[in-house]
Formats: sequence, structure tokens, C-alpha cells
Amino acid sequence: MTALIDRVTAINWNRLDDEKDLEVWDRLTGNFWLPEKVPVSNDIPDWRAMSEAEHTLTMRVFTGLTLLDTIQGTVGAVSLIPDALTPHEEAVYTNIAFMESVHAKSYSSIFSTLCSSEQIDEAFSWSERNEHLQRKAQIVLDYYEGDDPLKRKVASTLLESFLFYSGFYLPMYFASHAKLTNTADVIRLIIRDEAVHGYYIGYKYQRGLALATDQKRAEMEDYTYALLDELYANEVLYTHSLYDPVGLSGDVEKFLRYNANKALMNLGYPALFPSEACDVNPAILAALSPNADENHDFFSGSGSSYVMGKAEETDDDDWDF
Amino acid sequence: MAAVVYFSSASNSTARFVEHCAFEDAGIHTARIPLRPADKPLHIDEPFVLICPTYGGGEATKAVPVQVKRFLNDPANRQWIRGVIAAGNTNFGTAYAAAGPIIARKCHVPLMYRFELMGTSADVRAVRKGLIEFFRTQSQDQP
Repeated sequence: MTALIDRVTAINWNRLDDEKDLEVWDRLTGNFWLPEKVPVSNDIPDWRAMSEAEHTLTMRVFTGLTLLDTIQGTVGAVSLIPDALTPHEEAVYTNIAFMESVHAKSYSSIFSTLCSSEQIDEAFSWSERNEHLQRKAQIVLDYYEGDDPLKRKVASTLLESFLFYSGFYLPMYFASHAKLTNTADVIRLIIRDEAVHGYYIGYKYQRGLALATDQKRAEMEDYTYALLDELYANEVLYTHSLYDPVGLSGDVEKFLRYNANKALMNLGYPALFPSEACDVNPAILAALSPNADENHDFFSGSGSSYVMGKAEETDDDDWDF
Repeated sequence: MAAVVYFSSASNSTARFVEHCAFEDAGIHTARIPLRPADKPLHIDEPFVLICPTYGGGEATKAVPVQVKRFLNDPANRQWIRGVIAAGNTNFGTAYAAAGPIIARKCHVPLMYRFELMGTSADVRAVRKGLIEFFRTQSQDQP
């Protein structure tokens, strides 16, 4: 354990070593939200009309997400603080840790709105028993408690940008069927936050890597792909344990690979899975990002709906986007 | 002659995408818009396509990086823009790659393509092939 530090220097936001710290701080504070602002109770009629299998699946998925957010809020983001290179980086991690706790609480807020306490207890008990969920928690916890700052950042980025998505799939699936749309709004806010967290921790990883030796850099690249392989194999098993009863596992796996690629890119590494293996169901993509499936491929020339500005005079002095 | 002009912050995601496209090998110049106000401003005097990341974390008014606005604010630069390609992240919902349509509308040019983060190898292939073809057609149109 690190000893308690005996001196703290007051943080001066007017003197920045890394401008990215302030940029991300502003972005995170600008995105601040609380689950109480979203009218989840409007989903009660949808919830009542859903089957028992759908209820069980939803609660298990959300309990799994709660576990990950709890880890990230109380151990993961906090474990990055001693490794920070600037006081502003420390401050950003405290914001990330707090928002993870808000995310963890959001699931409880959804549960208390929609479910009975017996259902809630059953789901939490399931999360303790599911070996794949416990294994994924254990893998990341081991790295958080290890002694390598770069490895901690890799584990953290993979958690933020990859491990959540087996769970995030379900509310996007329901939203694409016009079910639990307010719950999906809460999850979209979480998804937006995780994008900034993954981006920032991945960026700090790359900054740290730039100071390392060539040998260490090669070791870290091998380590990253090996850890992703290990986590991916476990995610596939976890996905089947959840989604096989509703026949969605194959569709979820595409979403896993798509997000695994994005997690690697946040760390500065090339995507691993080929595009053909990541052809996420367009309905899921549209639930995530309403205009993401519009065709903006000007080059293919087929059915292009690319944006061409309409002729409109602009004054050069008035070039205000 | 033709160029790809791009902006990339300290995270270098867009810079990596441009590097992977290896435009210079195909005779297309690349030029990076400087990060800091004190840096020497970029001046362009040939047709170019802009590759731009999206900022703001979901807020449309902050989607276009201020450095890109400054570059495009110069009419001498702006007259040469022929298209825009935007990077983003679908996690930001409706704001995914929002810098693209904003610049396209403002500059009356097509939004040619969108990709996420530093782009996949499929994105690199599509944009490299597409821009080589696009600039070839452009130079035939304007002898």
C-alpha cells in the first residue's frame, strides 16, 4: 500500500500541464445528470406488459451493470488517482469515480420504480452466483490491485469501453421495439459518460506509454490484446448465460466485437475484429445513435443521402458556426 | 494538386487515421491545422477535403473544434474546401460526428464520410480509395 502522503499542493487550474485535463473536466461537468430527472415511472405500463423471462433478463443485466459501476466507482477510477501525472488529472478521476457511483445508483432507481423487492433480491443473488460475471469482476480487480499503472489504465479502459456493452445491448434492444424508452434514456446518459471516461483514460495511457521504453511498449501491446482476448472469451460465455433463453446471443456478440474495437482505438491500437464480424443490427445502432445508419458514403455513390448545404450567402465577418 | 487538411488534438486519433490512409503515396498532400493559437496558422492554396473530429461530448454548439473554425474563417482557405469527412463516436447519440453536417452546411460542400475514433481498416480503405478517385475526377473537370 502507498503511504498516506504528507503534503498536498493546492490545485491551480490556471496553470495546466496538459490542456486535455481541463477540456475533459469541462465536458464531464457539462454532461452532469441525475437519474431522478428522467421519468422512468412512465415505463411502468410497458414493464407490466412484458413477460417474466424479459423481467428476469432485464434485472440480471442491470445487476451485472451495477456490479461493474460499483467496481469502477469505488476501486477502478480511485486506483488511477495515485498514478496521475498532474493534479488536474487527479481531479478528473474523482469526477469519473463519482459519476460511476451515480450510474450504479441509477440501476437501483430503475429497480425501485419497476420491480418488487423479491425480484430485486433474486437478481442480486443471481449476480453473486453467475461465474462469468464474477470472473469478469475478478479479472479487472486483480489489475486494479496490481502495481503497474499502465496495466491499470488498460483494464480500466476495457471496462469503460467494452465490458459494459453486453449489458447496454438490452435497453437499446427494448428501445428499438418502443419498450422501456425512459429507462433507455437513462442508459444513453450512462453510455455518453462512458465514452468520455474511456477516451480520457485511454488518452492518459498513451501519454504514459510515450515515456516508456520500446521493450515496455511492445510488452504493453501484447498484454492489451491478451487481456482483451481473455475478457472477450468470458463475455461470450456471459452473453450466452443471459441471452440464450431469448435467442439474442448472436446479435449481442456482434455488438461486443464492435465495442471491443472501439476500446482498442481508445487505447491507440488498431481494431481487432474485421468489419464483417461487427455488423451490428441497424435497429440497435439507431437506438444508440438515431442518425448513425444514414448513408454518408459519398464515394460509393449509391443512394447517397449525404448532406450538401443549400446555397446561402454568408458574410465572412459573420462566420459563426 | 490536391490536399487533405485535418485537425487532431493531443489524442492524435484523427492524425492516426490520416497516417493510415497514406495519402502522400498517392500524390495527395496532407496538412495539419495547428493546435495552439501561438502556432503559425495554416494557409492552403489548392483544393482540399477536410477531415475533422467532433468535440463537445454531445453539445452541438461545441462540435467543431475552435482551431478548425479559425482555419475556415479565413476566406483564402475556405475557397478551396471541396468536402468534409467527420470523426465521432456513436455513444454521443444524435451528436455522432456532428461536426460533419455543420461544416458541410456552412461551406456548401458534401459530407463525404463518417468514421468512429481512429477508424477501422475498412474506413481507411474506403476513404483512401474514395479521395484518390474524387481528386482525379476534380482535376479532369478543371483543366
